[in-house]
Amino acid sequence: SPGFRRERSRRRCGRMKLLTHNLLTSHVRGLRPGGGYPLGIQATEVKLSPVDFNAQFVARMVPKVQWAALLQAAQSLGHGSDLPPEPAPGYESDEDFLRRLHHVLLEVEVVEGILRCPDSGHEFPITKGIPNMLLAEEET
Amino acid sequence: MADLEVDSAHQENLKLSKMKKKVLRKQIKAQRTLMRHEGIECISHTTQNLVVANGGLGNGVSRHQLLRLVEECGLVEALLMPPNKPYSFVKYGTTEEAKKAYDALNGKELILEDTSHTVILYVNFVRKVHWEDIMPTNLPPGLKVVDELVSPEEETMMLESINWTGDEVIQNAQKSLKHRRVEHFGYEFRYDNNNVDKDKPLPGGIPEICNMLLEKCLRQGYIKHKPDQLTVNQYEPGQGIPPHIDTHSAFEDEILSLSLGAEIVMDFKHPDGCTVAVMLPRRSLLVMAGESRYLWSHGITPRKFDIVQASEGQKVGTITADTGDLTLNKRGTRTSFTFRKVRRSPCNCTYPSVCDSQQDQQKERTPMFTGNETVAAKLEQEYVHKVYEEIAVHFSSTRHSPWPKIVEFLRALPEGSIVADVGCGNGKYLGINKGLHMVGCDRSKNLVDICGEKECEAFVCDALSVPIRSGSCDACISIAVIHHFSTAERRLATLRELARLLRPGGKALIYVWAMEQEYNNQKSKYLKEKKAKKGKEKEIDTGVTQRPVSDQTPDNSTQDLTVSDGVLNDFEDKGSIAKQVINSSLPVHTNRTSFHSQDLLVPWHFKGGTKKKEESITTLQLPSGSNKLQELSPVFHRYYHVFCEGELEAACKTLDGIRIQRSYYDQGNWCVVLERQ
Repeated sequence: SPGFRRERSRRRCGRMKLLTHNLLTSHVRGLRPGGGYPLGIQATEVKLSPVDFNAQFVARMVPKVQWAALLQAAQSLGHGSDLPPEPAPGYESDEDFLRRLHHVLLEVEVVEGILRCPDSGHEFPITKGIPNMLLAEEET
Repeated sequence: MADLEVDSAHQENLKLSKMKKKVLRKQIKAQRTLMRHEGIECISHTTQNLVVANGGLGNGVSRHQLLRLVEECGLVEALLMPPNKPYSFVKYGTTEEAKKAYDALNGKELILEDTSHTVILYVNFVRKVHWEDIMPTNLPPGLKVVDELVSPEEETMMLESINWTGDEVIQNAQKSLKHRRVEHFGYEFRYDNNNVDKDKPLPGGIPEICNMLLEKCLRQGYIKHKPDQLTVNQYEPGQGIPPHIDTHSAFEDEILSLSLGAEIVMDFKHPDGCTVAVMLPRRSLLVMAGESRYLWSHGITPRKFDIVQASEGQKVGTITADTGDLTLNKRGTRTSFTFRKVRRSPCNCTYPSVCDSQQDQQKERTPMFTGNETVAAKLEQEYVHKVYEEIAVHFSSTRHSPWPKIVEFLRALPEGSIVADVGCGNGKYLGINKGLHMVGCDRSKNLVDICGEKECEAFVCDALSVPIRSGSCDACISIAVIHHFSTAERRLATLRELARLLRPGGKALIYVWAMEQEYNNQKSKYLKEKKAKKGKEKEIDTGVTQRPVSDQTPDNSTQDLTVSDGVLNDFEDKGSIAKQVINSSLPVHTNRTSFHSQDLLVPWHFKGGTKKKEESITTLQLPSGSNKLQELSPVFHRYYHVFCEGELEAACKTLDGIRIQRSYYDQGNWCVVLERQ
């Protein structure tokens, strides 16, 4: 039915997970070295979508993520309480911790909103889950 | 045992007769084709004359090779190889020899020297070997042969004036010259770079004895400048010089070559394959100017006999004129005096494709076209970004089969790797390995939206500035992206950006489209599909064919209806710099053909014709009066810089802290795997 189709097409959209957000940085020209990170999130629509839990995968992410940035992003979306200030030693076998981290990294998705450069204040829109990171001079 | 032997002998016989039957069938077929298409009548009785089907210049058989073959059967009076025809005629001295050749050569397999392709010859008798004036009888434009320029006395004097002291010269040039003797005057010609040291004139200049002759040439108007460089070559029978064009930047237009001691046949070749053999009689002067100097290559085939007109003897002219009575002429020792004028300014001939000056300028111009960043960015905006936005959906529908080697790379990465796909297009690689965290990005918003619809993570950005923190990726891939950047600097910048994303030990896989669509004698799928499409539909309908990553023509498009060269998009902003730059310098590629330029526009043909934005700036303007074309759907042109072998590696080598782990060629693409150290 048409209704079903509309529902599906609305659901099928890109989504920025916090793991991806952790990789993203502002690249506005002329920032101080290492500047532009982390991007602030101002979300108008957040979605939670279940992802199969894989403990090993999540454990491998711990050394790869910038923890403070992840914490800040989680807090700005109301999920700060899920995470400790920093990963405790032996986290690899702490299933409770890994599940919480799994949730924050992979299940919290920003659908609509803005990413803000902490240094320049430049705003990058997120539409249908897709951040547009083009700079003004790159826009057509 | 005995039974078995008999059996196998019997089978051997069967096989043999089967093969004979096949040869006979093909021989008869050749007879019919020759009659129908060429009006050549094959006869059943023995004569001195044979027509050799599949043994022609037109199907890649060289005169040299065929002559050697037919000479094995007897004394060849004439070998006639009409240009561009897949057959030739042989005339033997006797019918016995011709019969011997008929028996030996009919059905004979021949491996072509140049290409190692195999052809099978089919031989028939003909009444007469003749060829009437269908061949070009003209000399290459700009070429002159002046008979008897010097007298026999002058010839002797000139030959005696050469004191062959050039042991040293010979030694240092031995590699390229083999045994030819050579002396230089005025300036030394260097065989390593085919040029002269323009600021190192040789003491003594051009020998006095040549002055009269040169004055005469100036008076007669054969040359405009008095030459200041002379190379004297001595060719013994069997020696030659490979086909070449004298370096444009080294010498001025007119080049003179005086033949002394003996005549010789020089072969001229146009880039389109047309060859003209020119007789240079003893004491004659060859003047190469204009097209014949700049565009045609010339060379002397190393052999002991030349094929010349039997009746004309050594007269001036092309050998292909009236090839009815070709015969062989034994070579003698020929000494050539080649006079040239050293060029002091870059060449500005009208043949840029073979002009080193203009190719150098182009290299310098690239940064200018582009050194002007705004122009480069504008070009990419018009001819890459806008086009992909327009064709995104259609493009995506033709991009479903991932490439095996790229899949292999992604599958080999450890679980939990963070991978960026820079220039991810419709995201066909984003879901290959579920054990990775893979993020795509692309300049085209419409393509990224398609990734989104597949529930893949992707964002919009430019490959020159990827908003991912440094050292955060375990791996990156960049497939068919970098060839869309219009300057070497910008291409390098994208490589630098990829390298920046990698953590130490991280790897990047990069694919770019190759200039060489034929490599190791293998045509790429890109070239092959044209044939397949024309012939058997089913070959391409399998859908699993590995397609070139940058292949522009979708499976079901009307690719035969390619746009003629020069028909370019009509821009609303006529004054756009990008458009001006492009109109004046970028050729439009014909789909599924080899490339002739590294920088070019590649057409994308839309299927159907119901594109909404007919007035779009990228819509093709159709030539008026072409109804057929007007029914066509819009054509979009994308800018590409196709990479030459080694170019990608060379760029990667300039990156700090990056090692090239491996590089390879994959179906018309150059590929590298980089590792961050």
